[in-house]
Amino acid sequence: MRAALTHLGAAVTAGVWRLGYAARFFGYLLAHSGTAFRRFGLTVREIYFAGVLSLIIILVSGLFVGMVLGLQGYDTLQRYGSSEALGVLVALSLVRELGPVVAGLLFASRAGSAITAEIGLMKATEQLSAMEMMAVDPVARVVAPRFWGGVISMPLLAALFSAMGIFGGYLVGVVLIGVDEGAFWSQMQAAVDVREDILNGVIKSVVFGFAVSLIAVFEGFDATPTAEGVSRATTRTVVTSSLAILALDFVLTALMFTGGN
Amino acid sequence: MTRSTIDLWVGVFVAIGLGALLFLALKVGNLASFSTAETYRVEARFANIGGLKVRAPVKSAGVVVGRVAEIGFDNEAYEAVAELTLDARFKFPRDTSAKILTSGLLGEQYIGLEAGADARMLADGERLRLTQSAVVLENLIGQFFTSKAAEGGEAKGAK
Repeated sequence: MRAALTHLGAAVTAGVWRLGYAARFFGYLLAHSGTAFRRFGLTVREIYFAGVLSLIIILVSGLFVGMVLGLQGYDTLQRYGSSEALGVLVALSLVRELGPVVAGLLFASRAGSAITAEIGLMKATEQLSAMEMMAVDPVARVVAPRFWGGVISMPLLAALFSAMGIFGGYLVGVVLIGVDEGAFWSQMQAAVDVREDILNGVIKSVVFGFAVSLIAVFEGFDATPTAEGVSRATTRTVVTSSLAILALDFVLTALMFTGGN
Repeated sequence: MTRSTIDLWVGVFVAIGLGALLFLALKVGNLASFSTAETYRVEARFANIGGLKVRAPVKSAGVVVGRVAEIGFDNEAYEAVAELTLDARFKFPRDTSAKILTSGLLGEQYIGLEAGADARMLADGERLRLTQSAVVLENLIGQFFTSKAAEGGEAKGAK
């Protein structure tokens, strides 16, 4: 009993300790982000790895999610004789929720894990210490470009996911099933508000971008410098970012969509 | 992979990402319509607005000519006050009547305008005098039952 309590206490203390370290790390990272923008080539390279190489998985997933939404939505809506509302259903669910959230989850597992593994391995092979020896700040040189690359990529990927999903819904709904094309687009345009829906979706994806990138670089930077440590850090990145995305999504949705109507 | 090809790919990525945002804003959202058009406001008072919402369309002859900008409550007359913004291209006579209608059986409610015959046109800030409230299903059912009950009473009296 006593041992269990001691263990629990130690775990909580370690968690709070890590949280504080992560907050300080975030502050330090923001303060030393100058290099990432002055030598923008470094960040562009990270946008390539985090963003461009994630394009395939994002576009294909978006297409399939949109197609499934089209099929499922049509099946339910046609029972109430309102299959023209398919466009509204597909667009609102993608732009408000699925776009940012699913793109965020995919981004965390595709790019976040890679960032953690890369930084963790650099730490394990003492490349970060070597940089410090040469008076190069590894946070400014290695961490910040990866962080900002992720932050810039994430909203663009989420927008592409939503656009692709709507195209998928159009493909299934209009081309395959034969919902009226005019009604599909016009009802969508009447129901989707630029500020209320699209801007809020973009804000969500920006917040997720910050959260996932921060978790990824922090886990890498904080990894135990062994093979096992790096693998655990990579796993933790995916788990923590997924949980963070879903929890943040709830908070943001509660803030954005409960006041208006 | 040399640096320049990476730059090219990142450029393509950012361009199609922004393109997707633009697509969402213009084609999926309604940024293009009604944000630039000039409008004027008129007021309509209803005894009951039913389920009318802000941003609901205002239609005349089935064509969207404006939107509901604001819904308020007049605490002296106990009436609902709806502020409508109408597209400045469309002018309506002063005795135009406003009705709250429902699109389809389960659809959302909108305001239908029926043009009158007055020679003078509505100006900004004026009020639509002739209004018809929303049909509330509960009231309708209540009326149906009262009239049925009345019929039953008459039938008994005749016997």
